[in-house]
Amino acid sequence: MKDHYELVILGGGPAGLSAGLYAARARLDHVLIEKGAPGGQVLLTDWVDNYPGFPEGLTGFDLVEKMTQHARRFDLNIELGSVTRVDPNDGMRKILHLESGEKITCDTLILCNGASANSLGIPGEMALRGKGVSYCGTCDAPFYRNMHVAVIGGGNTAIQEAEYLTKFASKVTVIHRREELRATKIIQEIAFANDKIEFIWNTRVSSIEGENEVEHLNLLHNDGTTSTLDVQGVFILIGVTPNNDGLPLQQLNADKWGFIPIDKESQTTIPGVMAAGDICSKEVRQIINAAGEGAVAVLAAERYLQNLKKSK
Amino acid sequence: MASDKVQELTDAGFDAVVKSEQPTLVDFWAPWCGPCKAIGPVIEDLAAEYEGKVTIAKMNVDDNPATPGKFGIRAIPTLILFKDGQVVDQITGSVGKTQLIALIDKAK
Repeated sequence: MKDHYELVILGGGPAGLSAGLYAARARLDHVLIEKGAPGGQVLLTDWVDNYPGFPEGLTGFDLVEKMTQHARRFDLNIELGSVTRVDPNDGMRKILHLESGEKITCDTLILCNGASANSLGIPGEMALRGKGVSYCGTCDAPFYRNMHVAVIGGGNTAIQEAEYLTKFASKVTVIHRREELRATKIIQEIAFANDKIEFIWNTRVSSIEGENEVEHLNLLHNDGTTSTLDVQGVFILIGVTPNNDGLPLQQLNADKWGFIPIDKESQTTIPGVMAAGDICSKEVRQIINAAGEGAVAVLAAERYLQNLKKSK
Repeated sequence: MASDKVQELTDAGFDAVVKSEQPTLVDFWAPWCGPCKAIGPVIEDLAAEYEGKVTIAKMNVDDNPATPGKFGIRAIPTLILFKDGQVVDQITGSVGKTQLIALIDKAK
């Protein structure tokens, strides 16, 4: 990595890769820093059916591969690394501290750090993680052939993953704290038509029990009654937390969950710092708007860089 | 990055490697697992950094069902650190390089 770039993009999910494509085509002096292989949460998605241009649908894997190839065709520069602290440095060059001990600076920065799965924070969850407690159906479903598993959640991810799990599990019980799902109608329709999926409504899981692996769940129903459910696995799919470690959250005016607000140009409250994708404070977290925000952010970065050159 | 520094383990060859003098970090993975793919470059990086000190290995759980079963692996990626054939500690999920280094350091 160099000491200084005009533009640094943090994170290589759809927002970052789309920003990378635009940055590379704009011939900006750039780098995209990613802590592993590009993809972000899309890598956790078994099937993407709502990204335009792919009428047959495709796996999350394939979509990421295509996005990466596309940006690389224009010489997107991707480096392996992890930024531990961002110092916005009051209108001067922004300073990025890397895990490796390196320090680099940039004129503009696009935060595409994304988000990670929420945990429930209930007894047994940490101890049985990887021993029946999972946060990724797409990753772990094949370990549950002919077993009974539970899915906790009611959004798109939870219901889509419940559907995917039925390819392996003998039965999938969806436990949701409300009496209706938040998932998109077509996803609900498919799940309701699947006789391997059953629903327990108005219910929370109070603890996950098991000696060396998950054996049963203790349930607390909204009417105050309790019950237990014997399962061999439990998939916790209850939304996401922003990956905002090391970011100047106060200056970015982060919301109470730590998501970062942006304006129509994907600009944050710090001049020269843009954000895109799931780290942003917003209602809808889809691949398509992440990609859109990434593109818009680069245009804002270009404008910022032009003004910077003029003022010199 | 030299991916050839990451040793590919099979059920048959597993014991000999983890019981060798050098501590071994095994990445249990599968080709259909997104987070496994995500940490791939980090594993390759570690293999280069720890060459001659710690064996960095990976095992495809699809092709080798016996070993993952023996260690009760029900989620991937799972990374297990072995010393003298014994499990020192393990991590599940797509973790960062710092966490993996902290894990490897437990073999000291």
